[in-house]
Amino acid sequence: MIAVLARDLKLAVRAGGGFGLALAFFLIVVVLVPFALGPDTGLLTRIAPGVLWLGALLSCLLSLDRIFALDWEDGSLDLLATSPCPLELLCAVKALAHWLTTGLPLVLLAPVLGVLLNLPAAGVAPLTLSLLTGTPALSMIGAFGAALTVGLRRGGLLLSLIVLPLYVPTLILGAEVARRGAAGQSYETPALLLAGLTCGTIALLPFAAAAVLKVNLR
Amino acid sequence: MPDLGSYAVAVLSSYAVTLALLAVLVWTSVRRFRRVRAELEMLEGTATRDG
Amino acid sequence: MASFWQFANPRRFIAATDRVLPWLWGAGALCLAVGLVWGFFFTPDDVRQGATVKIIFLHVPSALMAINAWMMMLVASLIWVVRRHHVSALAARAAAPVGVVMTLIALATGALWGQPMWGTWWVWDPRLTSFLILFLFYLGYIALWEAIEDDDTAADLTAILCLVGSVFAVLSRYAVLFWNQGLHQGASLSLDTQENVHDAFYHPLLFCIAGFVVLFVALVLLRTQTEIRARRIRSLQARQRAGDTAREGGAA
Repeated sequence: MIAVLARDLKLAVRAGGGFGLALAFFLIVVVLVPFALGPDTGLLTRIAPGVLWLGALLSCLLSLDRIFALDWEDGSLDLLATSPCPLELLCAVKALAHWLTTGLPLVLLAPVLGVLLNLPAAGVAPLTLSLLTGTPALSMIGAFGAALTVGLRRGGLLLSLIVLPLYVPTLILGAEVARRGAAGQSYETPALLLAGLTCGTIALLPFAAAAVLKVNLR
Repeated sequence: MPDLGSYAVAVLSSYAVTLALLAVLVWTSVRRFRRVRAELEMLEGTATRDG
Repeated sequence: MASFWQFANPRRFIAATDRVLPWLWGAGALCLAVGLVWGFFFTPDDVRQGATVKIIFLHVPSALMAINAWMMMLVASLIWVVRRHHVSALAARAAAPVGVVMTLIALATGALWGQPMWGTWWVWDPRLTSFLILFLFYLGYIALWEAIEDDDTAADLTAILCLVGSVFAVLSRYAVLFWNQGLHQGASLSLDTQENVHDAFYHPLLFCIAGFVVLFVALVLLRTQTEIRARRIRSLQARQRAGDTAREGGAA
């Protein structure tokens, strides 16, 4: 299992694309927002937490189809499925690899981009905290979506259509934590709810992802 | 016709939209039903003649 | 011997539904006609809402059916996962577009009602937002059915998506409630009569709900028949192609 994780990480870094691409996309989205809404610093301060959350979510979406697609194409997914380790664990590890290569860098980049959007200093900690607890759920849900569409030739767009509604609760709670934090309010309740949501997702969705993967490998 | 007052547009357009959507749904369902049934009958007819 | 599961046989299902469908169409049309005519022509105006209260006869039944259609798909998906009856999976597939139309009607009539009452077509109210999210779930579900060619694979994948989607739809509902308290009034109907709408609207509304329910059942049965036949066509064509290639192979 650790070997699979190490291999995925190595591939992500070496193949160039996926690793840096999501970060660059995040940067571009955040840079485009002031162009669309105007450079008013008051407005940017108010929307910064939401924009950063939305940007992180979209960047996360961008690399989802790579979770299983490469292994599907060269047939190594069949090998992994017939290996003694359970498929559920494989799905969880795949999601973890995706989070380490996409989610974690996004979490680290978000406070830096917050400077561009005039995010108040008090909002940095809750934003980072909410992304840190929220993005694992995004990766896990995304792994389920990727497992669902792995056999399809043009699965990318369909993947977004299926995964985005599933992202709604995470986005609402995560952005709420960041917004309340930036406004100087108490954000304990949504933070706890978000953590609960993430834990539930990680506990249950590997089973759903493994089930659809089995169907797709049939 | 009841007196709908200033809300006539809202009420009448609600009824129009709903009935139109329901009519489209029923119509497309029935049309596809007939087309698929005819196609299957044709296919099964030729299949039995072949066999 | 008469068990519900005998309808898992496609032939029996088609024969049985052929017998009841004319009655369902008649009953649905009758209930809808009575409810809508009664509601439109013979109900008083509401003290506060004026004539717009007449929209309730479309808005509440369609919203109810939008949710019930998803429930039905969930139950049908579960039956498919547990008992592997094709009719069940195809019924879930048949219900989804009906649910989409019901959601659209609920959203459209809600917007038309909100405009004069709240002064806006749309607010990000929990109920409205939840319905929009439900609409997105329906779209994803239908898109997945359309994208997969193999029938059994599609049935399995959409069934699991329906299960996971249901959980996340409920989560979204509570997340949205947490996110914004809204303008929308509470439940219009409940078994507790203290909270109900006035009798003058209640009775025609019951007819409309019955009409929508029966119409939904009739549509789903009809569309399930269509899906059964479409599936049979696909398998016949596949068999024919297989036969053709086998004959060519034998000749060569």
